[in-house]
Amino acid sequence: MENKLHISVSPHIHSKRSTQKIMLDVLIALLPTTIAGAVIFGVSSLAVVAVCVAACVLSELLFNIIVKKQQTIGDLSAAVTGLLLALNLPANVPLWQAAVGSLFAIIIVKCIFGGIGRNVVNPAITARVFMLVAFSSLTSAAFPLDSTAGATPLVDLAEGNAVELKDLLLGNVGGAIGETCAVALLLGGVYLLIKRVITWHIPVAFIGTTFLFTLVLKDFDAMLALSLVLSGGLILGAFFMATDYVTSPTTPLGKIIFGIGAGLITVLIREWGIYPEGVSFAILIMNILNPYIDSLTARKLFGGGKK
Amino acid sequence: MAFKLHGIKLRDRKTTEGMPSVRIPVPETVTIPTSMHIGKPVTPVVKVGDLVKVGTLIAEDATALSAPVYSSISGKVSKITEITISNGNVVQAIVIQSDGEMTVDENIKKPEINSKDDLISAIKKSGMVGLGGAGFPTYAKFTSGKPIETLLINGAECEPFITSDSTTMVERADDIKTAIESLVKYFEVKEVVLGIEKGKGEAIRKMEELASQIPNMKVKILPKIYPQGGEKVLVYHSTGKVIPVGKLPIDVGCVVINCSTMAGIGKYILTGMPLVERCITVDGGAVKEPKIVIAPVGTPLKCLFDFCGGFKEEPFSVLYGGPMMGISVPDTSVPVLKQTNAILALTEKETHVPKETNCIRCGTCVTNCPFGISAPAITKAYKAKDAEAAIKAGAELCMECGCCSYNCPANRPLVQTNKLAKALVRDYRAKEAK
Repeated sequence: MENKLHISVSPHIHSKRSTQKIMLDVLIALLPTTIAGAVIFGVSSLAVVAVCVAACVLSELLFNIIVKKQQTIGDLSAAVTGLLLALNLPANVPLWQAAVGSLFAIIIVKCIFGGIGRNVVNPAITARVFMLVAFSSLTSAAFPLDSTAGATPLVDLAEGNAVELKDLLLGNVGGAIGETCAVALLLGGVYLLIKRVITWHIPVAFIGTTFLFTLVLKDFDAMLALSLVLSGGLILGAFFMATDYVTSPTTPLGKIIFGIGAGLITVLIREWGIYPEGVSFAILIMNILNPYIDSLTARKLFGGGKK
Repeated sequence: MAFKLHGIKLRDRKTTEGMPSVRIPVPETVTIPTSMHIGKPVTPVVKVGDLVKVGTLIAEDATALSAPVYSSISGKVSKITEITISNGNVVQAIVIQSDGEMTVDENIKKPEINSKDDLISAIKKSGMVGLGGAGFPTYAKFTSGKPIETLLINGAECEPFITSDSTTMVERADDIKTAIESLVKYFEVKEVVLGIEKGKGEAIRKMEELASQIPNMKVKILPKIYPQGGEKVLVYHSTGKVIPVGKLPIDVGCVVINCSTMAGIGKYILTGMPLVERCITVDGGAVKEPKIVIAPVGTPLKCLFDFCGGFKEEPFSVLYGGPMMGISVPDTSVPVLKQTNAILALTEKETHVPKETNCIRCGTCVTNCPFGISAPAITKAYKAKDAEAAIKAGAELCMECGCCSYNCPANRPLVQTNKLAKALVRDYRAKEAK
């Protein structure tokens, strides 16, 4: 008596790496800055996080049900989008606006294009830019509970006021929920590097370019350039949003070009744009250029010669 | 041009490492297919009822690219049947009922070799095929007429579980030596390189001892990176030569022969006994006592598993070869083939039944590919049935090593699609040639 054996095409073993595990790692890496946001801006920030994550997951769930697609919320990517969007919003954003932004991110940017992996631009970034244009509430940042400051560090620094480096590192400044505490963000970034979810290329090229370009524009005032690098959404964007697989290049060289481009655009907008911050726009523009970067920097075939 | 070949690190799971090989009891019957090689199936030269002995010729084709087939036991031809082989083709197979004696055919004698042509004909008569798993008739590697600068012996054995090659290097160094000496003598080979992965202590020691007795031979110890034993990878890492896309090792002056194939050639030169048995690693999580066995070609896999104590749990899948490039079989009645170097019985936990999801463009497949092929680009070309795009994406370069699929977080069937794309390209090339 012979039992039926399973027939499969090689390879017959798998590393067990999965989209879900990668997304879980991103969620874990974002935990420190989420906690820091709650400490700095109070519990209202957790309400924003809860609304964004719930709205993202629910809208993907319902979309898949309505269009009769295989359910995908289990891959956790919708939760990542929700969390990232929340961390890019000020703690005092009206919750209905946060929900609308989440809906936009998942339905318009992601699901309509075919769901995970098929989106052209990063959902969280695009939703944030959409909200920036659609709602005035995003232009006024929230401030730490015990702070008397009246401007975000980017605005402060642009006006020539000094900002304590310690405040920038610990996040005791105005801004979006998850963007202010550099220490917590770097902790998460290092986690992603150690877990090999991301490589160093994009964050280093992005932050490095921003630093060097700023340094040149600010007459080589290293302290000021460093403060500007630690201000705004640069660290959050460079480690967690520019590194989105779907919308960034796959080769090391492509990643470096992507990072340099994003850094240049960030500084251009910060210096001469009408918005104080340019990280979201920079990533969005590089997302759009990504297919071209990717095809120009594709790996050469072994023994392929010219062609 | 310095080109870094990528690859992946695998848990090697060589539980049988260092074990001596053991001969299995004579099987009651053997089923010997007429196609255990790349090329045309051979034609039976025996009839039902014929008496055969170990080493009796039972099928051959004198003209086409093929390898002759010999009886692996002594007994009576009980039927000539048809079986489905792993590529899906149906071929004839000769079933032999054993008399339990294992009497050797009296015509088996040491071949007379006095020239290059004698040697090529001896290799052809030995029935040798690439024993690393590919099954390409070995003699055909020597008929191009192009000069052979480097004879590269493949002892990399980079797949998990497999230990039969290193066992052969340890136990049959003399056979390997004979084969090297004959090939060097008649083909005026400039250097002999044996590529072997780090960590195979005893095999490395034996081969270094061998290298010290043969002028111009060296042992190249290679890092443990899968797929180190891939032909182009091995040539590059052992000699620094890059084989251009669509070319063969001989085009850069290399001939690559698996170490077990070398041992087989040596044995034929010394005794005239053709390829009738294999050294096989029997392993996998479902096997009670993993062993390295010597089994006649044609033995049902079931006999090998039974010899290893049977199964400790119901196997989920059974493979010819390693887990990365092996071929899964429908049941354990299928026979040992010439090119079988391992048979594995894997549990459900060990082998992965992937549920495919959307590609998230993580790029791991491209990064892991030794040759820099973009599997998603091939998938795209295949889905559009665009053979030219598939060629441009490097479909023909793909050796199906599986590094792309292994780490794909979306469990996409990349190797499977590459295989289909290669078939598409073959059809396209065939049409173009007309």
